[in-house]
Amino acid sequence: MTSGRVASKGSQMLDKVTAGEIGAEGIGKTFGHFTALDGISLTVGRGEFLTLLGPSGSGKTTFLMILAGFEAPTSGRLTLNGLDVTRTTAEDRGFGMVFQGYALFPHMSVEQNIAFPLKVQKRSAAQIRARTDEMIEMVGLGGHGHKKPAALSGGQQQRVALARALAYEPPVLLLDEPFSALDRNLRGQMQDEMRRIHRDTGTTFVFVTHDQEEALALSTRVAIFNHGRLQQIATPREIYDHPDNRFVAEFLGDINVLPLASVVMQEGAAQAVFEDVPLRVALDGRDPTEAVAVRPEHMHLALARPAEGNAIPASVREIVFLGAETRLTLASPGGQPLVLSIPSEAVPAGLVPGAEVWVGWPEDKGVFV
Amino acid sequence: MRNLSKPAILLGPLLVFLCLTYVVPFLGILRWSVTLPEPGLGQYQAALSDPLILSVFWRTLRICAVVTAVSVAAAYVVTLLWVRGGPVQRLLIEFCILIPFWISVLTRAFGWLALLSNKGLINTWLQSLGVLSEPLSMVRNEFGVIVGMSHFLIPFAVFPLASAMRNLDERVLLAARGMGAGRQRVFWTVFLPMTLPGVLGAALIVFVFALGFFVTPAILGGGRSVMIAELVYLRIFQSPNWGLGAAISVILMAGVALLMGALMRAVRPGDKS
Ligand SMILES: Nc1ncnc2c1ncn2[C@@H]1O[C@H](COP(=O)(O)OP(=O)(O)OP(=O)(O)O)[C@@H](O)[C@H]1O
Ligand SMILES: [Mg+2]
Repeated sequence: MTSGRVASKGSQMLDKVTAGEIGAEGIGKTFGHFTALDGISLTVGRGEFLTLLGPSGSGKTTFLMILAGFEAPTSGRLTLNGLDVTRTTAEDRGFGMVFQGYALFPHMSVEQNIAFPLKVQKRSAAQIRARTDEMIEMVGLGGHGHKKPAALSGGQQQRVALARALAYEPPVLLLDEPFSALDRNLRGQMQDEMRRIHRDTGTTFVFVTHDQEEALALSTRVAIFNHGRLQQIATPREIYDHPDNRFVAEFLGDINVLPLASVVMQEGAAQAVFEDVPLRVALDGRDPTEAVAVRPEHMHLALARPAEGNAIPASVREIVFLGAETRLTLASPGGQPLVLSIPSEAVPAGLVPGAEVWVGWPEDKGVFV
Repeated sequence: MRNLSKPAILLGPLLVFLCLTYVVPFLGILRWSVTLPEPGLGQYQAALSDPLILSVFWRTLRICAVVTAVSVAAAYVVTLLWVRGGPVQRLLIEFCILIPFWISVLTRAFGWLALLSNKGLINTWLQSLGVLSEPLSMVRNEFGVIVGMSHFLIPFAVFPLASAMRNLDERVLLAARGMGAGRQRVFWTVFLPMTLPGVLGAALIVFVFALGFFVTPAILGGGRSVMIAELVYLRIFQSPNWGLGAAISVILMAGVALLMGALMRAVRPGDKS
């Protein structure tokens, strides 16, 4: 932490709590004959912000419920700080949980909601008072303490849920799509707040979202789920730049996936062929597959064949000006669609649909998927 | 306007029917109460100053209060087991809730008589087991009336309670457990308060229903625990003093209306912060 950083409201008041480290080993869950989770193994480090990302029905909520102890896994083992907690009840694990829809106690005021876990812990009245005020302050709800949840806006209810889940300093905070009911603006605000709260509390966060940008913006690491299987777990940058498989590549952001006719190995790099055009693909430790993926922003446009890197001829189909960026849709001679995202000032003057151009990219920007 | 007229036409027959069967007779009773045998409020004065009538009113209120408490408490447990139980348990309880609806009030009252009377099953067993030397009098008194009425009314309390329990967001309970609250605490501090509107609704239904009970108190009370409906019957068909019977009915109706009004006000989600 830089010394020059201005301490935000909550940071002086909240002590760094003892954040928990979670280990999941081969977690499986079946509902009847349906396999909702299949051999999920991962660890969440102390104070980490891990985001679970995946399509609807991929098992994110199920995994979170198993972490919390609300559902028992059909197979596998869970540890907290190295101790086996697979059979520990939810109340004994005491993980904080923020549900989609917030799950506030409707008959209690904001203060009473936040005080609930503190009363469970039998803290003294003075302590409860102080801590409740502190949390209300931290989430910016000063003056709303006496209101019932029904009298609050969605964003405010969200803050109460967060304050309640953090009030008793749980070792782990689990959040299931906490922002899905908020509008875009508020989402952005809450994301900033979430980052701040994560930093200030130092608690381990496991966060579920549908929103890719949210996942990339908030997390220290992202875990991608599909059909109950863990596809990849890595830092946002790593996942974006080096997706492990085609699902991850296509799921996160836009990407061009080029099917390859053949691949041969040569001097630590792979020589591939895409529609008669030879390409070089850096291996970085993986085995070649039958497709190479390149991000739209890693491709550039040239009027003549570039001397360096890979290049394929293409004809322009569509040019969409988006301000700082321009989005181009092209097609290779074989009809493979290509999407490019380039700075608007790099678009050659007078480029019109139908123009024949070259699309190039550096060798290390293409990955086998 | 066109949108409004359609439901109005569909509702029309029902409104006419309700008017003919409830409002018109009630207006008739209201008229009797102030015209028979002569115009004036004399019958109300008579009803409210007659110690016998007042004691019947008082007994009715007392019995109904106890019956309401017993039925709602029992129904709460039954509903909890029904709504939150496994499939087999659910089916079994559903069966037990529905069966009483197929059996007439009369049959059930006689059933209790067979169980509770001095020569009934329970007394016979307890005596032959040597637990009792004298039969325990459980009918021809308020106890019998309360047992019979509560038994009849439990299913009616189950439905409003079930809807309150079903509408409760499961995640709220999970949230409480996640924060370390044990089952007991979750029940008393979250589940029960959140289903309280259902409890009040059930209590209102049971209480109002109980006020008009006639057959059960007549059979299980054996003429000793006369309740208000029986009294009205006696005044109209036996004394016969139609004006007095009508006045008692109107007082009862007014009481029920006041009670419902007060409860509706209490149950309505408060706008107080
Ligand atoms: N109690 C249950 N009984 C049967 N199937 C279930 C149960 N809970 C979840 N499932 C199934 O398990 C799969 C994973 O569900 P889960 O809720 O974990 O998905 P998710 O990734 O959270 O999806 P979403 O993004 O839509 O919330 C789904 O196909 C779902 O239908
Ligand atoms: Mg989900």
